[in-house]
Amino acid sequence: MNIVVCVKQVPDTATERKLRSDDSTIDRSANGVINELCEYAVEDALKLKEAHGGEVTVLTMGPDQATDAIRKALAMGADKAVHLSDEALHGSDALSTSYALSQALKKIGFDVVILGSESTDARTGMLAAMLAERLGVPQLTLASKIEVDGSAISIHRQTDYGYDKVEATLPAVVSVVEKPDPFKPRYPSFKGIMAAKKKPIEKIGVADAEIDPAQIGLAAAWSVVSDFTAAPPRGKGVVVNDEGDGGTKAAEFLVSKKFI
Amino acid sequence: MLSEDHEDLRKTVEAFARDEVAPVIGDLYEKGEFPYDIVRKMGAMGLFGLPIPEEHGGMGGDYFALCLALEELARVDSSVAITLEAAVSLGAMPLHRFGTPEQKDEWLPKLAAGELLGAFGLTEPGGGSDVPGGMRTTAVLDGGEWVINGSKAFITNSGTAITGFIGVAAITGRRADGKPEISTIIVPAGTPGLVVSEKYSKVGWSSSDTRELSFTDCRVPAANLLGQRGRGYAQFLQTLDEGRIAIAALSVGLAQGCVDESVRYVAERHAFGHPIGHYQAMQFKVADMEVRAHTARLAYYHAADRMLRGLPFKKEAAIAKLVASNAAMDNSRDATQIFGGYGFMNEYPVGRFYRDAKILEIGEGTSEIQRLLIARELGLGGL
Repeated sequence: MNIVVCVKQVPDTATERKLRSDDSTIDRSANGVINELCEYAVEDALKLKEAHGGEVTVLTMGPDQATDAIRKALAMGADKAVHLSDEALHGSDALSTSYALSQALKKIGFDVVILGSESTDARTGMLAAMLAERLGVPQLTLASKIEVDGSAISIHRQTDYGYDKVEATLPAVVSVVEKPDPFKPRYPSFKGIMAAKKKPIEKIGVADAEIDPAQIGLAAAWSVVSDFTAAPPRGKGVVVNDEGDGGTKAAEFLVSKKFI
Repeated sequence: MLSEDHEDLRKTVEAFARDEVAPVIGDLYEKGEFPYDIVRKMGAMGLFGLPIPEEHGGMGGDYFALCLALEELARVDSSVAITLEAAVSLGAMPLHRFGTPEQKDEWLPKLAAGELLGAFGLTEPGGGSDVPGGMRTTAVLDGGEWVINGSKAFITNSGTAITGFIGVAAITGRRADGKPEISTIIVPAGTPGLVVSEKYSKVGWSSSDTRELSFTDCRVPAANLLGQRGRGYAQFLQTLDEGRIAIAALSVGLAQGCVDESVRYVAERHAFGHPIGHYQAMQFKVADMEVRAHTARLAYYHAADRMLRGLPFKKEAAIAKLVASNAAMDNSRDATQIFGGYGFMNEYPVGRFYRDAKILEIGEGTSEIQRLLIARELGLGGL
């Protein structure tokens, strides 16, 4: 099975994240890590490979320093990587990103494309659906479990009442969610870390993937960040003293915040 | 300073310690429970096989890789770190270095995967570094079997549910000069005649498995001799020299963990209108702690570098161990002081660091023994 995992390098959520002052795009110059849900996608891809054989290719679109995310995925056990990197891609929004990635995916070829359901930087959560539309294949989103049987693929999607089982025929695009142990992403072994160095990383540009420059980049973006303000500092918490009516007071607080 | 491979490993273990060890270890530590689940996860990552060649199921890395992993683990918890340290440098490494092909095939793949732990029985109730003078355990060949009698004290990983064997140092005869001949013999867990006592109640390292062992006519096949007969002393001296670098790395981890916790705390804790980190008394204390951790790290990096390049490293390993264990002790005392009353509560890790630090000045050769070794290396041994 030819499995492609799309991974994204994002600014570390544990550090202060900033937007660039010149064009309001995310500052990706420092503290890049692989997006957490992408690690789950890699893990699911590796499990599929272990069960059905085949090859796992990592695909990322991002600046040159995004190789950190690629190396992590390769150290976990992916076989090879394609890095779509081009100045012309800077500022692409979700729509043009999905176009660029779909062009690269057409070139690579795939039975299944797996990606995290959202990234911690932009959090749009739309890419899987857009990719599936662009590629003209079924989309199986928010998967907590993936099963493949011949050309049939099915996923579990958690719901309030249990889970939905969604089925489709390969090729397909799957987005995955966070899962508890033992389905958490594996830690790369030292052998994996050393082996990752020797795995091929193919760098391609806009022309290689036959991407129309008019449909990408800041100029072609359908969504624009017109203004932004820093989130206000977190205020002091509310202390509820329990004088026999603590439960009621706590409930009133939750109601006032529209939680219940 | 680190190669890309080593740095990636360090970052991986740092994330593992933060995400998998830190959330659960406080509870295990208070209950004195062995961290089986963490050990299983470390095994899956290949940490137990770091310096073991790939053909024996290892990672094909080097001893420095192990040291980096130990440092990152000990930044969060020392019980977990010492469990790995003892299993690899005292359990697997002697087998890797001195074992027969059959012994390696039998044990190394499981040791490298962390499925079984090897222990090393050197210290006895009556003697630690006083070898062979303080050693009483004997092994006698009888009908193709070693018959072992004696006892061992403070043996790490010797009584877990996944302990595979104990390498037992024993007197196996007299040399031509009349001195005791020492050899190491592999005693599988569960061998009749081996009695494993209850876990010690310890001041620190509460989640690590440490026990006293006694051997009464304990019989194992003659083929269980590890390395050459009569070379046991020389063999474990090499093991201990390496082990000192590993303990230095572990000590640096603890010292750095104290800095990490203190930096966070002095920014959060307010007194007299400011975070306490605003005050020079705190700043200088934390700066001194960082200096100790940093210089001790350089000392163990240097010793490890000499070892990997095949240069003599006995003095450098002793210096690293001495400096790093001092740094751990001093930093844990300072961190506990910075935390004030909370430093005395088990809720915060610094109290655990304080309890775990003292053994670092004792185990794998006391600070006094390190000074003795350094003085000897300076040529003062024969005066």
